[in-house]
Amino acid sequence: MDTVTLKIFRGNTSGGEMVSYTVPKTPGMVVLDAVHYIQRSLDTTLACRWNCKAAKCGSCSAEIDGTPRLMCKSRIEEYPSGEITVGPMRAFPLLKDLVTDVSWNYRVATKIPSLVPKPEVSGKPFVLQQEDVERVQEFRKCIECFLCQDVCHVIREHDKKDAFFGPRQMVRIAGLEMHPMDGINRREQLKNEAGIGMCNITKCCTEVCPEHIHITDNAIIPMKERVVDDYFDPITKILRKVGVLPTDKKASFSSVPNGLTVIKQENSSSKS
Amino acid sequence: MENCETYEYDILVIGSGGAGLRAVIAAREAGCSVGVLCKSLLGKAHTVMAEGGVAASLANMTNPDGTHEKDSWEVHFVDTMKGGAFLNNWRTVEIFAKEAPDRVLELEQYGAVFDRTPEGLIAERPFGGHKYRRLNHVGDRTGLEIIRTLQDKAVSVGMNVHMEITCTRLLKEGNRVVGAFGYYRESGKFVTFKAKAVVLATGGWGRMYRYTSNSWEGTGDGLMMAYEAGAELIDMEMIQFHPTGMIWPPGMRGILVTEGVRGEGGVLRNSKGERFMFDKKYMPALYNGQFADTEEEGARWLTDKQNNRRPPELLPRDVVARAIYREIEAGNGSEHGGVYLDVTHRGADYIKRKLPSMYEQFHALGGVDITKEPMEVYPTIHYTMGGVRVHPETCATTVDGLFAAGEVAAGLHGANRLGGNSLSDILVFGRRAGIAASSYAKEHTLGVLDNAQIEEEQEYLLLPLKTTNGENPYTIHSELQDAMQTNAMIARTEAGLLSALEKILELQKRAEKLSAPGDRFFNPGWHAARDVRFMLRASEVIVRCALERKESRGAQWRLDFPDRDDEVWGKKNLIASRNGDMVKITTRELDAMPPELKRLFEETK
Ligand SMILES: Cc1cc2nc3c(=O)[nH]c(=O)nc-3n(C[C@H](O)[C@H](O)[C@H](O)COP(=O)(O)OP(=O)(O)OC[C@H]3O[C@@H](n4cnc5c(N)ncnc54)[C@H](O)[C@@H]3O)c2cc1C
Ligand code: SF4
Ligand code: SF4
Ligand code: FES
Repeated sequence: MDTVTLKIFRGNTSGGEMVSYTVPKTPGMVVLDAVHYIQRSLDTTLACRWNCKAAKCGSCSAEIDGTPRLMCKSRIEEYPSGEITVGPMRAFPLLKDLVTDVSWNYRVATKIPSLVPKPEVSGKPFVLQQEDVERVQEFRKCIECFLCQDVCHVIREHDKKDAFFGPRQMVRIAGLEMHPMDGINRREQLKNEAGIGMCNITKCCTEVCPEHIHITDNAIIPMKERVVDDYFDPITKILRKVGVLPTDKKASFSSVPNGLTVIKQENSSSKS
Repeated sequence: MENCETYEYDILVIGSGGAGLRAVIAAREAGCSVGVLCKSLLGKAHTVMAEGGVAASLANMTNPDGTHEKDSWEVHFVDTMKGGAFLNNWRTVEIFAKEAPDRVLELEQYGAVFDRTPEGLIAERPFGGHKYRRLNHVGDRTGLEIIRTLQDKAVSVGMNVHMEITCTRLLKEGNRVVGAFGYYRESGKFVTFKAKAVVLATGGWGRMYRYTSNSWEGTGDGLMMAYEAGAELIDMEMIQFHPTGMIWPPGMRGILVTEGVRGEGGVLRNSKGERFMFDKKYMPALYNGQFADTEEEGARWLTDKQNNRRPPELLPRDVVARAIYREIEAGNGSEHGGVYLDVTHRGADYIKRKLPSMYEQFHALGGVDITKEPMEVYPTIHYTMGGVRVHPETCATTVDGLFAAGEVAAGLHGANRLGGNSLSDILVFGRRAGIAASSYAKEHTLGVLDNAQIEEEQEYLLLPLKTTNGENPYTIHSELQDAMQTNAMIARTEAGLLSALEKILELQKRAEKLSAPGDRFFNPGWHAARDVRFMLRASEVIVRCALERKESRGAQWRLDFPDRDDEVWGKKNLIASRNGDMVKITTRELDAMPPELKRLFEETK
């Protein structure tokens, strides 16, 4: 029978090793199929995440032959050598085997307020042309696989999780900042808390995005320009002051109440 | 007994799909503290996979003469009742059809960005069984838009999310549900929750079948927890076989091909190249005269919906799935044993714009360019119409303190669900469950957790880790899938169902002794051991109900009782409940529909 060899990282916080498994090949097989085969038939303790098996949920992120990819979208045939290595995402703390602790992504997401409609459209159906929403729709394709976060050197090599929200959240903020009906100014957050300045446009994030979102060109660069316009361009500033350019009518960021969210509350409050 | 952490909330929501998250928002707005649990990470529930759209009669679409389509809640009501072969609870459907438009518009305020019409309104597409264009959508990734929108909104109204916890038992004080027990997938540690009211939003169950569009989560935990707690289940025989799942390559079999493909003009053909849906033998009497008679009319309908009727590919799902099955039985199947779904005539640009994720799915996973070649499809197990019986207004189950909404609850869809109705279901009734649970919480205090129940569940869970010579849970699961796929599928017979039942009972016995090697730390084999037991019991209920209903209606197609029996079976739902270790099956007469609703069937003809 035709087989393929998977070398999979097995281990936990106290260490691990690559273990080889031989898996029978079927037509059109993807890496996730092979992992499932191992789980069912060879070792039921092999840990991985998955849900849709159709590249729609962003659960099965891993590093395949060193590249961050979705296991359910990586066909075995793409690796003709017959040997494939699969490891966990390395930018996040390892839990077990292919599973990492991605909760930081959710925690940082709580800092971004959701859409607050401008007062004049609040509570009314939006009237928007397709051209007006297309740009935002690109960003809303994000399936939160966090592969871009995994590959971004600011997070991966420099572990600046406290200073940079990462490309995923840049995409999220872009979807709000460029939403024609959003009523709050997000540039202050972008510049400070979200740390957009940390990105030096290497475009690695765009390369790995399974949804083909142009993270750098369409989200980060235009937002960098907006932030620069706002904060560093003295001429714009003066023109705004004297009323030649319109001032930004959007409410300031801090005026928006943000609810409390606690994710993974293990070992904390409200115990009885 | 092992000590475990306990969290306290006014409302505990089990499940963070659309129904759960919408309940969270409603409960927060009512001023309650809320905790929400999910088996996977936040945002990965089935809701994220929904493609085609959310059904609500916004009547945004225009005819060639510039008038708007005459859609209304009344037409949506009629379509849903007919689609469900009148087994639906009419009051549930009425509330649903009336409230769905507001729930969709509200999503826009929360941040959802739908596709637009030329007038700048939310774009709606045609779908099976819906008379007018009614599926509000974002390309073919509507579920992603909805779950992300609700997720962001729920985060901003504030909730405590406990991700990757599998809940395995509802905890009761007397007859009231007062909390829940579960384990952290990551650490394997146990955890308990205390709440004044519990909302069950755990979605559907398809994993007991071999080929399904459902994820690993769809093992019927919530359903069976409610059953164990004494709740009545209803319509459990009604399982939706979505007409178009992928069939090739083998690993992709069962993955959904959205009905949106047919909504956008996709046609079904057999191996002889015939558009078999035009064959009169597949047209149910109920829909006579309402669909295009000729392929030409079907083609004209694409551009002029006012003066032409829909092609029969847009009949309800149960009808189309049966037709596909019969074509294949008759020897007209495709290369890999399905039929062809062809949308190439819409042109590459249109397809990539309206069905981008289908294009990508077939391109990346199936090696097929759907702008150039037809897809091969076969019915896949997709949705569960049956579930926990709930009150139409409040979503209260038959157990005190327990509410249920979304796919786990039943009553709205009857014998067959129309596409798009689930996404609006989870919005309408997720909200209602949140509101009703909040009112309940305000009238009640926290209950007391019973250590005996907790201890019993702990032992039950730990057993496979201690058992060394038991069976592999995956083996049991796989045999169950074969039994259900062969004998409890789309075409059912008494003999087949009985042999499925026999197999299920055998597997239940064998599942008393399962082994899961390894420790408690993120151990899928151990998790599977609990999941498979939920599935075995749920399968038993499904098969017993399918045996009981001796007629063909909606998704229930009995080859030995091929006719619809309105006199006897059209008047009642099957109810399943727990009687000790036995499944008790009874019937419940449908409530009589009031005249003002009955009249709608005449008026909207
Ligand atoms: C591929 C696909 C395409 C679809 N397309 C459409 C469409 O176009 N239109 C439409 O209307 N409908 C569609 N549907 C159906 C629709 O998506 C679902 O019915 C709906 O999303 C169900 O929502 P829910 O909130 O009830 O449950 P789900 O979204 O399934 O969420 C269930 C939640 O419960 C949690 N849970 C389950 N068990 C436990 C447990 N034991 N402990 C803790 N948590 C638990 C899960 O983790 C999850 O968070 C589609 C379904 C699929 C699978
Ligand atoms: S372009 Fe910016 S965000 Fe993307 S990987 Fe490079 S540094 Fe990170
Ligand atoms: S932007 Fe792309 S790579 Fe990043 S999380 Fe979203 S889908 Fe994944
Ligand atoms: S399993 Fe959903 S993206 Fe891979």
